[in-house]
Amino acid sequence: MPERVAIVGVGYSDVRSTTPGLSYKEMMYEAAVRAYADAGVNPRKDVDSFICVSEDFWEGTSIFDEYVPDQLGGALRPVHTVTGDGIHALACAAMLIRTGRARIVVVEGHSKHSDIRTPHHIHNFAFDPIYHRPLGAHPYHLAGLEMNRFLHVSGNTREQCALVVRKNLTNALLNPRAVYGAEVSLEDVLGAPPAFTPLGELDIARPADGGFVMVVAAESVVDDLAGEPVWITGYGWCTGASAVDSRQWGEAVYARLAAEQAYRMAGITNPFQDLDFAEIDDSFSYKELEHLEALRLCRPGEAGTLLEEGVTLPSGEFPVNVSGGSLGVGHLLEATGLHRVYEVVLQLRGQAGPIQLAEVERGLAQSWRNLPTTTGCVIILERS
Amino acid sequence: MGKVAVVGAGMTKFVRRAQETGRELAWQAARMALDSAGMTLKDVDAVVIGSAPDAFDGVHMKGEYLADGSGGWRKPTMRNFVGGATGVFAPIQGWYHIASGQFDTVLVVCEEKMSSCHPHPQGAFLTIFDHTTERPLGPNLLWIFAIEMNRYMTVHGITKEEIALVAVKNKRNAMDHPCAQLGEELTVEDVLNSEIMAWPVNRLDVSPASDGAAAVVMCAEHVAKRVTDKPVWVEGVGWHLDTAYWTNRDLYYPRYVEYAARMAYDMAGIKEPRKEINIVEPYDPFDYKELHHLEGLLLCERGEAPRLTADGVTQRDGDLPVCPSGGLLGVGNPIAAAGLMKVCEIFWQLRGEAGKRQVPGTPKRGLAQAWGDLMQVGAVIILGR
Repeated sequence: MPERVAIVGVGYSDVRSTTPGLSYKEMMYEAAVRAYADAGVNPRKDVDSFICVSEDFWEGTSIFDEYVPDQLGGALRPVHTVTGDGIHALACAAMLIRTGRARIVVVEGHSKHSDIRTPHHIHNFAFDPIYHRPLGAHPYHLAGLEMNRFLHVSGNTREQCALVVRKNLTNALLNPRAVYGAEVSLEDVLGAPPAFTPLGELDIARPADGGFVMVVAAESVVDDLAGEPVWITGYGWCTGASAVDSRQWGEAVYARLAAEQAYRMAGITNPFQDLDFAEIDDSFSYKELEHLEALRLCRPGEAGTLLEEGVTLPSGEFPVNVSGGSLGVGHLLEATGLHRVYEVVLQLRGQAGPIQLAEVERGLAQSWRNLPTTTGCVIILERS
Repeated sequence: MGKVAVVGAGMTKFVRRAQETGRELAWQAARMALDSAGMTLKDVDAVVIGSAPDAFDGVHMKGEYLADGSGGWRKPTMRNFVGGATGVFAPIQGWYHIASGQFDTVLVVCEEKMSSCHPHPQGAFLTIFDHTTERPLGPNLLWIFAIEMNRYMTVHGITKEEIALVAVKNKRNAMDHPCAQLGEELTVEDVLNSEIMAWPVNRLDVSPASDGAAAVVMCAEHVAKRVTDKPVWVEGVGWHLDTAYWTNRDLYYPRYVEYAARMAYDMAGIKEPRKEINIVEPYDPFDYKELHHLEGLLLCERGEAPRLTADGVTQRDGDLPVCPSGGLLGVGNPIAAAGLMKVCEIFWQLRGEAGKRQVPGTPKRGLAQAWGDLMQVGAVIILGR
């Protein structure tokens, strides 16, 4: 039986639409200091390994991992970078601990999106340089195409996607970490200027800055630490098909396979019954519905109905994105998954303040690495 | 902790300008590694990708781009990144995927296509420096390594002739490597007379810019025993990253390599590395780095590595063969792929499959090491029969 692993400390640097007063290093430091205080660890003495997530082009610096150790207290220690989502790094932390060669591992992710002057041009460099990039299209055109396909295949509707926007922006109004909370009507969403048809401007998550640090520990040391543990009982990650021409359009295969891995580990057979709530990817409005179905939280084609019936509202039977999601909080690049995990940890600890859900024991966080990828992660967290 | 074995390896030719795309290079190496293990993609549970800066290929989120070529199609796929040390860190990540009990079989693929960066990949290195304090100076990687080489020479009183012996040895060794880019019979004078890039670094002190890919198949003990009667076991792994403020460190000694090595030796139960390691592939993008790293790996005293080289100890038939592959200086330096090439070499040497490069005797244990970032990170893996 592999050793159980828990998140014992969490910290963040404020989520903002722009952060002119802080460098990414200061944001990392702020989040780290809070996480270490929460866990009651000294990074220079207690932490065995550090894992950061970043992508060079977003950072504007090649070999960005050069610049991560000092502000985390990780200089001259085992530090490595994963160019993936924060949940990838949490999975790595759990695996490292389960080898028995580490007991406490720190995970870090941040977004300083406001420093990127031409995000869409940078983003376009993620497309295949021979077959796709020369078309010169805005990277989000793929989302428009996929949304069309998804609505066609699943039978969900454009209006139901607008409901996702209304729900998440409304949820965000109560969340102190959310930047984009707003009261919007269905008409506001549907009447917003078209962006990448059928996507309108309000269907697309806007970027934000923020940093997150988490302390992950083996069960054998959890009792010695100050932080209230939240157990990682399952995780999975998957890359579906990186080439645009070989992927399954209209179904989030990566999310389905990542969830299968995580559910198997956590012993979950009926996700809707076995889980209490979820923070899932909603980088584009339709993605929340597509991911709900891929995670088997409902049957194919039923996500929109679930939403209409209020099941995924904070007051519903299965709240989804009570934080406001990426639509409400803002998209945090590689730190997006860590933000979702942060929200789940607070809920399970009963520390979510104005957005606290009643009687939650087990939650799920899921991420997608945005366009043009088909890579996503799932993590299951439990109170006991 | 479960035992982890390397059971297959493959690599493409290292060349200055490959016609293949990065995805195709990754596919070739991955296919060769799987074939050598008698496996197919169906046997692979997860994929680990290693690739150095995205700026070379000019592809953002390069791990995503390389995923399908590397076998990461509908599979858990993860890319690690520790600059130049990536090629040795990738199998370390493969190790923890398996040693944790999470997966049985992992395909580890490293790719680099530096030729996409015009006019020369050195241009990409302009973007690795601190955006506020260093980049405005327009620093070049050759300059900072010239500083380090100079410091190393000054502290120990080492001459350029002693260092050039490493380039001569490795480029000669590479003549026996079918994938090598720069195998050549050279003299010390050739190295000293090649043009000065940034004193004391001459052109032949430096490894070339290259395109290429390498791959290994790793698996848990119960799978290894089923698929091969010659498993090569991962005995130790270690990695350390030093401060980003490289100007505040004394560059004469790579303490981060020492810390990484100690971590690996501790795991492998090695007390006297010089006696217990039979064969070494230290990272040699510059000839002085091989010496620097031998010292950091505690395989000799500080300042002693040039004498070992001059005495022939590090020759392929010496007491401690160092870079029998030909190293980065001879085989080539597609960054992440070059690191993994070193792990492949140890694998082939320990299995007695290194052909003309085979070291005499039957080596039991080998070490591969890589280095990267701002003279900052060391990664070490120890393999044994």
